[in-house]
Amino acid sequence: MMRHLRSAYVIARRDFAATVLSKAFIFFLLGPLFPLLLGGLFGTIGARVATQTERPSVAVVGTQPDFSRYSTARNQLAEAMGEQNVARLIYVVPSAAERSDPQRILARSGISARAVLYGSVSDPRVTGNLGPEEPLANQLRLIVKTAQAPASRAPAIRITKSSGPSNGLSQDRALTGQLGQMILFFLTILLSGMLLSQLIEEKSNKIIEVIAAAVPIDSLFVGKLFAMLAASVLGIVVWVGSGALLVQLVKQGGVATLPPPAVGWPAFLALGVTYFAMNYLLLGAVFLTIGAQASTVREVQTLSMPVTFAQVLIFGFAATAIGSPNSPEALAAAVFPLSSPMVMLARGAELPEIWPHVAALAWQLSWVVLILRMGARLFRRTVLKSGPPTKWWRLGRA
Amino acid sequence: MLRQAQHERVEEDFAVEAVDLVKDFGETRAVDGVSLAVPSGSIFGLLGPNGAGKTTTLRILLGIIDPSSGSRHILGHERPLDAAQEVGYLPEERGLYPSMHARDAIAFVGALRGLPLSEGRRRADELLNEHGLGEWARRPIRTLSKGMAQTVQLLGTIIHRPRLIVLDEPFSGLDAINQARLEELIRKQAREGATIIFSTHVIAHAERLCERIAIIAGGKVAFEGSVDEARGRLRPIVRLRTRSESGSWRSAIPDTARQHGGEWVFELPEGGPEPLLKALIEGKAGIETLAIERPGLHDAFVAIAGDVAAQAMGQEAREQ
Repeated sequence: MMRHLRSAYVIARRDFAATVLSKAFIFFLLGPLFPLLLGGLFGTIGARVATQTERPSVAVVGTQPDFSRYSTARNQLAEAMGEQNVARLIYVVPSAAERSDPQRILARSGISARAVLYGSVSDPRVTGNLGPEEPLANQLRLIVKTAQAPASRAPAIRITKSSGPSNGLSQDRALTGQLGQMILFFLTILLSGMLLSQLIEEKSNKIIEVIAAAVPIDSLFVGKLFAMLAASVLGIVVWVGSGALLVQLVKQGGVATLPPPAVGWPAFLALGVTYFAMNYLLLGAVFLTIGAQASTVREVQTLSMPVTFAQVLIFGFAATAIGSPNSPEALAAAVFPLSSPMVMLARGAELPEIWPHVAALAWQLSWVVLILRMGARLFRRTVLKSGPPTKWWRLGRA
Repeated sequence: MLRQAQHERVEEDFAVEAVDLVKDFGETRAVDGVSLAVPSGSIFGLLGPNGAGKTTTLRILLGIIDPSSGSRHILGHERPLDAAQEVGYLPEERGLYPSMHARDAIAFVGALRGLPLSEGRRRADELLNEHGLGEWARRPIRTLSKGMAQTVQLLGTIIHRPRLIVLDEPFSGLDAINQARLEELIRKQAREGATIIFSTHVIAHAERLCERIAIIAGGKVAFEGSVDEARGRLRPIVRLRTRSESGSWRSAIPDTARQHGGEWVFELPEGGPEPLLKALIEGKAGIETLAIERPGLHDAFVAIAGDVAAQAMGQEAREQ
């Protein structure tokens, strides 16, 4: 056993160094940052455009005291509804022609107003490109109504902040579980696909003969799998900052605003790391087995698409557990080894028991071992052309 | 206890012992009942044309593939991988990681066989210097010439000082100078106590290096024994040129003798050279030239494996 592990370590060390110390690894690390940067860039532009289109302006023609009262009323409304959601008011001094026909103001360059509010506070009028029941018209009604009312303080309401469970908490926890599941899925789909082509190098440069004569094929598989897991973990460490940024974008206020998972944040994060490793090892072992059958890069590329679709299907299966972790579908998805890590992570967000995770990890680990053994036997049988036809009940004696 | 004793005997006497190995690839039988016993500390040649089953036999012996039936013991171990740390192997199809530095590539192969990486690098530097490749130690394999890369792989084969070295067509692709170097390296390893098995289709290498050989043809061992025993299967060849064309001496010439340009060529008769000489002298043959030649390994190979196999070997050797 120790010899097997030592051999696996030799393979893993070589593969890890070859991967991490290559120039391509820098691009690998930067890869996921590109969509984030692009998202940020286009998000900023989009936000600016949205601000301009979704937050209309209204030109106000009238006396300075009238504009001041409108402005105060508008600010009160903005405090309640959010600055971005209330129309801007622009004070305009009209020309003679505009005074007789206020609609001309809308055509004036430098003022992008949708409507003109003119007349006095007691007798306001509006002209512009808006219907009588549009949200902007209703906003103007509220602003005018507040401006017309005598100044008064807001009524005092005693508010007590609550931190206990509410009906909405379980739904929010499901959201945490879903987010965790999605992160797990995307990390795995991004990283484990590399394992499809892991044995191509050895097969194409013929060093596989030297390795196969020196170490058991099982050790080769284990070494390759763990080397790529280590390289992936290194990548994830680099991406953690980007991930936090993503959460910031997804939910204002960042991670702190996500509802705490049922097992608590420390345990949930520990489970996240562990289930990522398991998910990677399980899918990686399958991909390594499939990829080991390919003899050219082209064959690997051909295999990539069905493998990706299969991953999406498994993700879809795992997603059935969200919101109902004890349903028959969820339990089936938890038992099915390839979806089990994702389902169990979501379960950690929704239910507090820890023992199912211990059982699930043992179950998943046993499948990693089984798949690797099957893969190694298949490799010996089909690639090295060795041994009698595979008898599945003898896998344990390989 | 008995099994232990048997294993110790096997390990002591034979580095490799294979009994009735059979390997089928689908409908094709690549190895058909091969039995071998390679004495410890010897240089053992596996001869045969391409497709004879040499590489498959070696791969079975090393545990890369399992036989369909039969058994093998490597350095006393029933499972070849159990002896992996004491075995070095140079496959026919050479391969190294192109981006690895030469010393790292050698140390990596050593590490696969249980040699610590730091020790492997130290030895790799020594070996590379010894073989005139010191300045290439820290250069990637892809920048080395084919001959250099082959030397690097060979050094990887011996870096962990194995007791058994298996070389599959080691001379293939090497120029004459490197072939001579490799022959010397093989001799040196043998002097240091290693057992060496190498396959080749160039009989001259086997003739110069091997103490024992096995001739494989069609997946079967047609002969196993010493080079002398192989040659001993043929009688010495007599080449005779006489001044006289007829006389009583002609009765001493066998019926199977052939005449080429006035020279008689025939196998030395059973009685040996004395009766022949006596008959020639007394019969006044007028001996112009008389040569009694010991048959070469090539002649023995032809006699053992047949003309077709010999021609195939000759063709491959020429192509190289």
